[in-house]
Amino acid sequence: MSDSPGTAVLAEGLRKSYRGSAALDGLDLDVPAGAVCGLLGPNGAGKTTTVRILSTLLRADAGRALVAGHDVARDPAGVRRSIGLVGQHAAVDEQLSGRQNLEMFARLSHLGAAARRADELLARFGLADTGRKPAGRYSGGMRRRLDLAAGLILRPKVLFLDEPTTGLDPGARNEMWDAVRDLVAGGTTVLLTTQYLEEADRLADMICVIDHGRVIARGTPEELKSRLGGDRIDVVVRERRDLAAVTEILAKVGLAEPRAEPAVRRVSVPVEERVAALGDLTRALRERDIAAEDIAVRRPTLDEVFLTLTGGRS
Amino acid sequence: MTAMLGRLGWAVADTWTITRRDLTHWVNQPAQIVIGLLFPVMIVLMFGYLFGGAVALPGGGDYREFLMPGMFAMTMLFGIETTFAAVAGDAAKGVTDRFRSIPMSGSAVVAGRSVADLLNSVLGLAVMVVCGLAVGWRFHEGAGRAAAAFALLLLLRFAMLWVGIWLGLVVGRPEMLAAIQILVWPLTFVSNTFVPPETMPAWLAAVAQWNPLSATVAAIRDLFGNPGPAGASFAAEHAVALALAWPLALIAVFAPLATRRYRDLNR
Repeated sequence: MSDSPGTAVLAEGLRKSYRGSAALDGLDLDVPAGAVCGLLGPNGAGKTTTVRILSTLLRADAGRALVAGHDVARDPAGVRRSIGLVGQHAAVDEQLSGRQNLEMFARLSHLGAAARRADELLARFGLADTGRKPAGRYSGGMRRRLDLAAGLILRPKVLFLDEPTTGLDPGARNEMWDAVRDLVAGGTTVLLTTQYLEEADRLADMICVIDHGRVIARGTPEELKSRLGGDRIDVVVRERRDLAAVTEILAKVGLAEPRAEPAVRRVSVPVEERVAALGDLTRALRERDIAAEDIAVRRPTLDEVFLTLTGGRS
Repeated sequence: MTAMLGRLGWAVADTWTITRRDLTHWVNQPAQIVIGLLFPVMIVLMFGYLFGGAVALPGGGDYREFLMPGMFAMTMLFGIETTFAAVAGDAAKGVTDRFRSIPMSGSAVVAGRSVADLLNSVLGLAVMVVCGLAVGWRFHEGAGRAAAAFALLLLLRFAMLWVGIWLGLVVGRPEMLAAIQILVWPLTFVSNTFVPPETMPAWLAAVAQWNPLSATVAAIRDLFGNPGPAGASFAAEHAVALALAWPLALIAVFAPLATRRYRDLNR
């Protein structure tokens, strides 16, 4: 690892424990400038702790971290001038309007033209005509956009997004994703945490899978998916007595042992090449005269990613 | 030197920005502040006219003249709730974290809170003075001593500010405001605010005499020239000294506690 100018975020051996239990257990991270890095992991894996340390809100017990070339422990002021943080709460003053919020944060960030910056951001995030309405009366999606706008006031080199779409409806989530893609086109480095593989897949150039406070896998979404056995095929049978036969068929077309869930009459298996596998599967079902209620090809869920990566440990 | 002056300049500018934030709340939600200002007025009317007729002061004198200094001090004590709600709300909603992640002056968060809350209390006192004048309260010892009394009241408010900041940071949940209110009430009643402690059982009278709120109330009754039974206790005889000592002691305890708690947010 190096801290060359091409590195926007560098973390080495970060450790942090709360009351004796380790939240981070030697976490390493290396995000090149201009990249979108997705930190993927379940609740309690250490994603938020990582973001809080990198954004100077929390002090690590051990290890070091550089953000935009500034050491988080020795030069927190330098880090704060280079970052934007959008946390899990919409951290805005609910009694102020959107404009009043942005003007306040712009002034506190010591920007000269606070009012102009607020106007720019309101227009960019479709909040220009919200007038004097207090942010507390915004919809969830609007509040999130305002929060993102507040995180962008300083034109940060590095933007931290901590579960940016948790709790948003699908429409608001798509808006958020579009906003993030725009940012990246502008050259901002983004470190985002998420519990959803789909979100990391859509937005990230590189994914770091975190579990128990350390990175257990990293790579591009494609690399990870091929390592994880790629797509899954699910078959739901009409009659429960067909489960055994379907499991037998899937064992032949799949890459690994099929997993049967009798309660929902479903069997699933990871496959190498989904079109060919699907062809083999439907042919075998027809030959043995098994009625399938549903057949679906899908991405692995986070649970399955974890089962694969941890060998069933987690 | 220049760098230090620059930092100080930003600290002042940031403090004003934070203060303005609260002033903007008043403009945006006037109902909230009006209710806050009228609540003590309601208590004055309730005790001045509803219960007051039944209270006979041991040393004689008009009950409403006796009551008003207590109401002034009570308004300052209620400030603890304003401060608590603001600090706990910011902590819970992540606003405190946002402040800590931008390159603003760290001390401005607290300094701005102090200025805004003290302004709020000055406004609250002004409303109470008008209310007092309307129900027959007067100050009889000249403007100088009256000014000293108001200074003692604001000193008490400043002490409550630090208690409120500390509580807000420790509790961190604005919905606990009701619990704070429940704790503030007995503090107000077990004092010389509404009735002279001399009329209470001896042990309760002792607690009421030593209540920090009683020190301020006794001192400003003296400074305003309002009736207040001049008991023979140590607390009553050294009222002004205690009205200075109590808030200063509270500040000496809670200002470092609150500052340390804020700094330890990064643990």
